[in-house]
Amino acid sequence: MEFQRVLALIKREMKKTVREPAVLFMIFLFPIVFVFAFGASFGGGGSQPSYSIGIVNLDQTNSVNASKIFYIALSNTKILSLHVYTNNQSAQNDLSQGKVQAVIIIPNDFSKSLVSFETVPNEPNKWINSTLKLYLDKGSLVATQAIPPIIQQVLTAITGQTQQIPSNPFHLETASLVEVKTPSALDFIAPGMFTFASIFLIMMVSQSFTQDRENGMMKRIRITPTTPTEFMLSQAISYMIIALVQAALVFIMVYIMGFRPAVGIPVYIFAFLLVLVFSLSNVGFGLITATIAKSSGAATGLSFLFVLPQLFLGTFVGASLSSAAQIVGKFVPSYYVTDALTSLFLRGAAITSPIILLDVATISISCIFILAIGVILYDKYFRI
Amino acid sequence: MSESAIIIEDLVKKFEDVIAVDDVNLQVANGELFGLLGPNGAGKTTIINILCGLIKPTSGSAIIGGYDVQNEPMKVKELIGVCIQETAVYPYLTGAENVNLFGDLHVMDSETLKARRTMLFEKMGLTSEAKRRAGKYSGGMKRRLSLILALIHNPQIAFLDEPTVAMDPQSRHAVWDFIKDLKNEGKTIILTTHYMEEAEELCDRIGIIDHGKLIALGSPKVLISNNLVKNLEDVFIKLTGRKIREEV
Ligand SMILES: Nc1ncnc2c1ncn2[C@@H]1O[C@H](COP(=O)(O)OP(=O)(O)O)[C@@H](O)[C@H]1O
Ligand SMILES: [Mg+2]
Repeated sequence: MEFQRVLALIKREMKKTVREPAVLFMIFLFPIVFVFAFGASFGGGGSQPSYSIGIVNLDQTNSVNASKIFYIALSNTKILSLHVYTNNQSAQNDLSQGKVQAVIIIPNDFSKSLVSFETVPNEPNKWINSTLKLYLDKGSLVATQAIPPIIQQVLTAITGQTQQIPSNPFHLETASLVEVKTPSALDFIAPGMFTFASIFLIMMVSQSFTQDRENGMMKRIRITPTTPTEFMLSQAISYMIIALVQAALVFIMVYIMGFRPAVGIPVYIFAFLLVLVFSLSNVGFGLITATIAKSSGAATGLSFLFVLPQLFLGTFVGASLSSAAQIVGKFVPSYYVTDALTSLFLRGAAITSPIILLDVATISISCIFILAIGVILYDKYFRI
Repeated sequence: MSESAIIIEDLVKKFEDVIAVDDVNLQVANGELFGLLGPNGAGKTTIINILCGLIKPTSGSAIIGGYDVQNEPMKVKELIGVCIQETAVYPYLTGAENVNLFGDLHVMDSETLKARRTMLFEKMGLTSEAKRRAGKYSGGMKRRLSLILALIHNPQIAFLDEPTVAMDPQSRHAVWDFIKDLKNEGKTIILTTHYMEEAEELCDRIGIIDHGKLIALGSPKVLISNNLVKNLEDVFIKLTGRKIREEV
């Protein structure tokens, strides 16, 4: 084994990936556009006309009813719809079930605070400061990003100030980000999205191999003392790197769309490893396609033979399929990857739980098997 | 090493419906520039493919530099440099990157690689193109790059399969000079061509091949005088009753 050869071949593959617009489109842009389109249409990141926020009012009013003024100002934004709760407990319940995206606790000295401000607006040290607590749905990007500034603005407005840097007695404190228990559509489809992008490697591998065969490059490589092992190793490593970048891009996409599973770093690492192993089976399917296909044009069409079942039975596209189709799904490797990722992210399964271990075993064995078949077939029926 | 760099014995290659190589026997001496001359479809490329281990012969054997191609293909691959018939270069790599890749595949150290690369680009008149993507090269430039890829590792034995096909006269003469230099360095070369003038100009000895059969063997001078004709073109017409190419 000469690593100089393996490294040189990997470098070549990487340069090809970034320099050929068609390749770049097929393995990065296309899956991402597709994932985004699907994600959006399943309502994962759909725009909401207004945000529901819960209010728990602990304010003790005297002459001035500050909380009333605050309510009106909040409603006037037209972005927020208000739900008033009599106690913190019921507000928190609704928040954790996703019925409201935020809960504001108005403190008991809120009106006092406003009065103190209006009395001596220019002497901040004589103000009675009060703190509004804000609880946010941490799974919702709009909640964590959009709601606090809106409320801050409203607080500034009720003191009659207009400048951006407010000077007033109210402090908005984000008390905690609350885990919302009801999973969104995105939570259901995000695991499949990780699987999704990698499946397109089948097309890319079959294209690359048939093209190099057609134009004589494969012949050229075979005339050098490069061993089949060195060559295939370089290919496997290259496509794993590509799969890693794909998975990272998909992760960024779903993160932006609001995907926030309550799992630690090890689970993420584990998920990426799973996608890497899975990418090997796609290299295998790509090689099988390249063996059967007579030309690179035919390879594209033929690759769908492997792409489509994996797509429809084993990714987020399959989440809504009939139970019969889901049983058939057990014959495609992508099913197990999506299943494992769903268990990890959505159901909070531990990496060492039996269901995960079983999935991982199935994925590893089937992927190595498919890759081996691909390599053997390609080697045997390879025609120059 | 034996006196013959290349020994081909009773070589036969059948494809489903054609006999591409029909019982060819041939020896090429060390340092010899041997020309395989024949029309399209004669079997020249098939012979080259067998010699570099790309395809298996139906029967017969080939020994290169003392190694049997069938039994010790890796040893053979380390000895040879092959310029395949297709103009195959990676279009998305620059000329220099293409060459570096093949240098690495031959496990060359970076200094030797760089020195040879510079020298070969200079000889082939490609120095100013080295940093451009090979996909943007003209046909003749790609073929010259292809030749550099074949010879970057300074192989003792070279197979050049129609290296000047479809080249403009200027590129062709540059390649001819280059091949002459290789010969002067003592390399053993098999050159296939269907250009008579190329064979006549360059080769020590020529084998004329038609329908897979070796029908004549000898130096250009001897072939011409033995057949009592003026040039190689006439030798071919006399032996086969056909012209080697319908159109020039
Ligand atoms: N892979 C193959 N399968 C079937 N026939 C082939 C194959 N390769 C070459 N041939 C046939 O073998 C004969 C010799 O071809 P080739 O060696 O390429 O000729 P040349 O290089 O002299 O032009 C031709 O008739 C060609 O059609
Ligand atoms: Mg040929």
